[in-house]
Amino acid sequence: MPREGILVQSPYERMTKEQVEQIHRASMQILNDPGVISFNREAAEAFHSNGAEVTPVSDADKLCWGIKIPQELVLRAIESAPKIVKLGARNKDNSLILNGEEPRVFFASGSETNFWLDVVFETYTKKSTPSIETQVLEFYPRRGTTFDLCQAAHLCEHLKSLDAFIRSVNIQDKDITEDNKDVNKFFASLNNTTKHVMAGLTTLKQLDNVVRMAEIVIGEGEQLRDNPIISFITCLVKSPLQFVDDTTQTLIEISRRGLPVVVAVSPQGGTTAPIKESGIVAQINAEILAGITLTQLVNKGTPVLYGSVPVRARMDNLYDSYAAPESSQYNIDCVQMARFYKLPCYSTAGVCDAKIPGIQSSIERLFSDIMVTLSGPQYLHCAYGLLDNNATFCPLQAVLDDAHFQMIKFFLKPPQINEQEIPNTLKQIREVMGTSQKLYIRYIRRMLHGGQLSAPYPFESDGLEDNVLALAHKRTQELLSLPVEHIDPATTSRVFTDIPGILPRLNIYEGRA
Amino acid sequence: MYEDIIALLKENVIQGRGVSNDEGIDEDMMGKPGVVELTQLALESNIPLQVIIKQGLTDGMQVVGDRFASKEYFIPDMLASAEAVSKAMDILRPHLEKAGVASNGKFVIATVKGDLHDIGKNIVAILLRGAGYEVHDLGIDVPTKKIVQLVREWKPDFLGLSALLTTTMVIMGEIIEALKENGLRDKVKVLVGGAAVSEEFAQEIGADAYCMDGFHALEVLEKFRGGA
Repeated sequence: MPREGILVQSPYERMTKEQVEQIHRASMQILNDPGVISFNREAAEAFHSNGAEVTPVSDADKLCWGIKIPQELVLRAIESAPKIVKLGARNKDNSLILNGEEPRVFFASGSETNFWLDVVFETYTKKSTPSIETQVLEFYPRRGTTFDLCQAAHLCEHLKSLDAFIRSVNIQDKDITEDNKDVNKFFASLNNTTKHVMAGLTTLKQLDNVVRMAEIVIGEGEQLRDNPIISFITCLVKSPLQFVDDTTQTLIEISRRGLPVVVAVSPQGGTTAPIKESGIVAQINAEILAGITLTQLVNKGTPVLYGSVPVRARMDNLYDSYAAPESSQYNIDCVQMARFYKLPCYSTAGVCDAKIPGIQSSIERLFSDIMVTLSGPQYLHCAYGLLDNNATFCPLQAVLDDAHFQMIKFFLKPPQINEQEIPNTLKQIREVMGTSQKLYIRYIRRMLHGGQLSAPYPFESDGLEDNVLALAHKRTQELLSLPVEHIDPATTSRVFTDIPGILPRLNIYEGRA
Repeated sequence: MYEDIIALLKENVIQGRGVSNDEGIDEDMMGKPGVVELTQLALESNIPLQVIIKQGLTDGMQVVGDRFASKEYFIPDMLASAEAVSKAMDILRPHLEKAGVASNGKFVIATVKGDLHDIGKNIVAILLRGAGYEVHDLGIDVPTKKIVQLVREWKPDFLGLSALLTTTMVIMGEIIEALKENGLRDKVKVLVGGAAVSEEFAQEIGADAYCMDGFHALEVLEKFRGGA
């Protein structure tokens, strides 16, 4: 049985039907005029041979082509793209069914942060009362390593609300090179979680090694297609409207292999896209559809996700501001556009501007966590543990996020109001009114012990102190001490034999009897 | 047979099932005898009173208390079990009186004049009954005169006063003064509680104790009884 996710009964939508159609028409016009610029020859040829108007752009620094994509080509691609995409998992019970026509949300971690945030308790003495000592959490960022990625996957395996693992940490060990990065990031992830693993590729050269690794783990050819334990994120578009050469080639090659892929586009409102909602949504929609069209031209039926990561620019430094309410507005609009096309949507929430866990990070991330979840994207990259605009991963924050998402999932359970419930309720009210105390407490217990009531916030303190971070830190350590079902020894041995470049220290069986 | 009835009685206290149509926690309990039916059966089977109370009711409540302490049980569970024990005590009381066994004490409880809030007061009353106290609940908006009259006539060991509002909690002080004027203050321990009440306020008006909640009230009473 695949994971259940949470079905949003009545998704929140910002745009009217007419506004959705206006955005669609605007996107179609954008794809035709000005069209997209492709720095990838093969993409230009694919569009050209399918009827698009393709012209070399002579005055650019690099060789590139202007592509005017006709509407019918896009509509054909939308038609042929699967409406249901399966993301498999080592443990089949952790697989996900993403149905573009059903607003069932699955929560995934992400993204690829350069820094890992260590959490340390320091003890301070109160100046006015030296007998009083207090512990203060301090945070120290450092470059991420393969060990950190293993830890992140391990932690995410045990986060109840988390459905899939998008590799959280950019591995930067001294012995990690461009050529061995992909195999190490996928192995570190796959070996430490039985949930679905999604990541981007550093180099196309490693695609076949990564696919081969997945085949060794789950089975070759159709077995992997039936249970795709890995999928890929490709950022082929540099906004506005440009196909980057290498990532476009990566998208083409993944499409050829028929594995699930996200066409992820991340324009910044105010710099690489218009800041107005209508402008950025029309542009990003055009950019995503251009990518999806390419997947279908290369290999009709490629399982593809409509990947929207729009963000507004901060005005003080022009960094991404995921915490801005406009970013959530853009994301929610994109979810609505994907639903209009009946394509499974990869959306974004929970990224915050705050640099450390605390009040700011909780407020910022919860705002988008709730709002974007309510819009009903099928696959929500919701930034478990991410801080500082995707720059930092902090396991403690991931544990806090898990608590938040458990609350959100609980909130989204459908109301139990039906023909069986109403008579029971009337009976209960009449019974209670006949007692002297007039309390309903005795009717709570079956629900209480049957897990039907939401749990209290797991990190609350008894007194006047705020111990949320300390308690979450303790919980993090507890989760990391739980075992993980690693890939078995024989399969691990085959992976290390057949796949070059995996660091020997990632072989947990090495040296064991 | 003897052991079976007591074991079932204890289990039903733990399940918080007063009567046979209480659902309890586990599946399939509905329709089976609850604490009331089992207490009657125990009496009919001539099981000694002290065995019914100690091995059935008290040991059952001990398990409930332990589960509450370990956060396996919550307040609704405590109340359900206390209510079930209270019903059993109602059945056993005439037999205890006949045998010359006293209750843990007589307790009058009331929400003071002008205040209509009684959720907390009701919960305290349930817990007290479950703990073996004889409770006379005067209800809400109770005039001072009525409280003084009951203290004089029923001669309780304890008087519990509840108020939610800062505007009504001052009545507690008036009641204590009225007890003094009627020569009753040293006849009864006065316990006060409610959202607006504090330890400081209790001392200010001359109450014997401030109780944070029902469980705290039981601890306070235990201390009074130990010291008595």
